[in-house]
Amino acid sequence: MADPRSNDSLIAALSAELVPVRRLLPPWLRTVGWLALVATFAVLLFAHYGDEPMLRRWAGAPDLAWAALGAAVTAITAAWAGFALAVPGRSRAWAWLPLPPALLWIGASGLGCLRTWLAPGTSIATVHQSADCLVFIIAFSIPLSALLVWLLRRACPLRPLLAALLVGLASAAASACLLEICHAYDAAVTDLLTHALAVGIVVAANVAMGGRLLSRR
Amino acid sequence: MAAAQAGDRRAYERVLADSVALIRAVARRQGVATDALDDVVQETLLTVHRVRHTYDPTRSYDAWLGAIAGRRAIDALRSRGRRDRRELHDEVALDRQPDRDDASADAERRQQARQLRDAIAQLPPGQREAVEQLGLREQSLAEAAAQTGRNAGALKVNLHRALKALRGRLHGED
Repeated sequence: MADPRSNDSLIAALSAELVPVRRLLPPWLRTVGWLALVATFAVLLFAHYGDEPMLRRWAGAPDLAWAALGAAVTAITAAWAGFALAVPGRSRAWAWLPLPPALLWIGASGLGCLRTWLAPGTSIATVHQSADCLVFIIAFSIPLSALLVWLLRRACPLRPLLAALLVGLASAAASACLLEICHAYDAAVTDLLTHALAVGIVVAANVAMGGRLLSRR
Repeated sequence: MAAAQAGDRRAYERVLADSVALIRAVARRQGVATDALDDVVQETLLTVHRVRHTYDPTRSYDAWLGAIAGRRAIDALRSRGRRDRRELHDEVALDRQPDRDDASADAERRQQARQLRDAIAQLPPGQREAVEQLGLREQSLAEAAAQTGRNAGALKVNLHRALKALRGRLHGED
């Protein structure tokens, strides 16, 4: 049991070892830093695949564009909420920020399955091709999650599980958005389920490991 | 706190001393027992020290400190809950207490001593040094500081962290 007098000696000891610190950048600026990595991946993918096939698909089937927009905004808001919540004293309401774009993402993807025509330049993915989407989303999520965890550990996430959930959501949404650049398959139930499975795996893996990684004391 | 972030030790000492009352109030509100309040105070102060760069001077210091204190209070309640479940109550313990000269009790004591030695050996070098000098050899802070070449403040902080790590290892706390 701690002795009240030892509060004073601890304060004296901590003051004695005080060194100046560099203040943490505001959450929005840290979000921009993380988005720079996403943008780098996007530039590389555009350099390889070009933007024409993606724009042609979107023109023919606007629901694909809405789903991609939803995924992009989900990634931005989830990362922003994660950085905001990693600063002690910020409102827990931040955690709800990614919900509306996530609903747009899921809703537009689901509606795409109800379309009766195929988007231009696409086919319905076979199970094997859908598995490629799974690998793509998970593979891109790994560096994106790692960078987010590293950045969040510089702050003080007092709710490590919630932070890990947001890390998973942000990186899975960003990966799904990047996939849209080279995704030559139309919205279909199997493909949508594969995407949902990949997002689920990324979020679950982050929650399983992130709680531990982010709960530095 | 803004001045402390820039390295002003006097301002830091003052803001930490002023924080104790708020930390105790937060911990009490969370339901922490009176005899455990100072544990929460010290855990919170150590966290504040580690994450002082996250304080934004344009926002409320009390909200920032209160959030950290609230989390450390919950940690204290959880670890106490775990300890209570593991430990026996007095009347049960008396019934089960073996004689002092019992061979198995002696073996158990030896085993505990070995566990403690192993746990100390696994501490980071700075913390191990603080336990060995201050705890095992019972040297004064000044003697230990002279012997190790570290300042007394660093030794005290290292000892505090080492005891926390040992408690965690031996009692299975986080």
